[in-house]
Amino acid sequence: MSTTTTIHELAPELGSLALSALMAVAAGLIGSFAVMRRMVLAADPMSHIALPGIGIALMLRVNPFWGALALLLLGAVLIWAVERRIRIATEAVIGVTFAVALAVGSIITSGEELIDALLGAPGTLTLHEAAFGIVGSLIVIVFVLRERNALVVRLVSPEIAMTSAVDVARLDLYFLLAFALTIGLGLRFLGVLLMGSLIIIPAAIARRFARSLATMLTLSVAVAVAATAAGTYVASLAGRPSGPFIVMVAGGLFFLSLLRRREA
Amino acid sequence: MAPILEVQDLGVRLGGTDVVRGVTFNLPRASCLAVIGPNGAGKTVLLRALIGALPHAGKITWAADAVFGYVPQKLDIERDLPLSGRDFLRAKAALAGSSAAAQAEALRSVGLAEEVLSTPIGNMSGGQFQRLLIAFALLGRPNVLLLDEPAAGVDAPGQAQLNEVIHGLQDTRAMTVLLVSHDLSVVYRYADYVLCLGPNGTCFGPPRAALTPEALYEVYGQPVGFHVHDHDHS
Repeated sequence: MSTTTTIHELAPELGSLALSALMAVAAGLIGSFAVMRRMVLAADPMSHIALPGIGIALMLRVNPFWGALALLLLGAVLIWAVERRIRIATEAVIGVTFAVALAVGSIITSGEELIDALLGAPGTLTLHEAAFGIVGSLIVIVFVLRERNALVVRLVSPEIAMTSAVDVARLDLYFLLAFALTIGLGLRFLGVLLMGSLIIIPAAIARRFARSLATMLTLSVAVAVAATAAGTYVASLAGRPSGPFIVMVAGGLFFLSLLRRREA
Repeated sequence: MAPILEVQDLGVRLGGTDVVRGVTFNLPRASCLAVIGPNGAGKTVLLRALIGALPHAGKITWAADAVFGYVPQKLDIERDLPLSGRDFLRAKAALAGSSAAAQAEALRSVGLAEEVLSTPIGNMSGGQFQRLLIAFALLGRPNVLLLDEPAAGVDAPGQAQLNEVIHGLQDTRAMTVLLVSHDLSVVYRYADYVLCLGPNGTCFGPPRAALTPEALYEVYGQPVGFHVHDHDHS
């Protein structure tokens, strides 16, 4: 099987749509907890670490996607380790680390590749990428749903989680890895700059309306899937990459949600 | 009977400062220990070290069968956090493998109405949330309750009620209770032992023996006027 076999040859359009829907579900779920954990501002800088990965992969003549993913996961471990050691807010650590990563990445990546990496490459996925998309999305979805109780308790108080037999350090690591993995999932569709938004915006909208966890997760997933489907559709009409359209739809929904005043 | 907790020369260093130093005591089963001391004396840090949340020097030995229920100091919950009381309680119940009956029982024992569970935890009153935290701590059949100022931010009648709840739990379930409190009347009334943490050292013992005016002066660095009623409450 050649890696240039595309998913479109095997399952045109429909397969691709199902894959992006699956990724949107993963983004909606992980985003819900990211938003509740005040990681809103962290998603974007964190996605920037993919850039040097793309650059390194291109230099080594490897599929840039794998380079991006490797660096994202490495970044997650790095954040986790730094945060444990010096105990400052995740946001500060992520912000500084990935501003540097962006600087390095923009030096070693160039031209068209950089634009593709930032905004998502249009066109087709290789079989490997599609398979990874499915498996990766499922990992994130299963992780969040299985660990939601531990995540809820940890969110309210790490100490209570510890006394409830939750390995907080391990849970935090897995959460950050799942978060990085979700960004990696969307890189091909949305690009480095925009994937963070698909994780955060639907969850931010859901948070404005939800008063319980089930509503939060359901709404967030629904908005993520709807924005992905609508954005992909509009993009295909316009013959443009889907990433910017997906984020524009999600952003539009967010501003619409502001019209509704939250009950006290 | 072997004590449920033995602490020997416990020390905790945070940010280059000795926050807790040279704390030694043994705690018998089913007793109530009150931890007192001025702000910044390391009471919360001590409790967190005891549950294993902080690296420490010295020795902390819990009995092998000790199961914790921990109620942290007033939590800063965002008002718009989309988690209801039910989400929170269910999460712990699932982790601890507690039944629906156990959840209802925990709510009953803290005097919290079922309806309150639909409220997002950020919208609960201080008293409601503290009760929820205690109910939460009761799931999973703990035999040790660690409470960090459980009545902080609760109105006076609510405080009295919470104290009765905690004391009642100690009586009915033979729990060991470790309680950080600023309220010396609570200490005299409910505690079997008191551990005072102060900048000039520590003291430990039954309240009436340990809390002499001199010891209180040592702990708080100023005279503490407190009138101990001589009649027995128990």
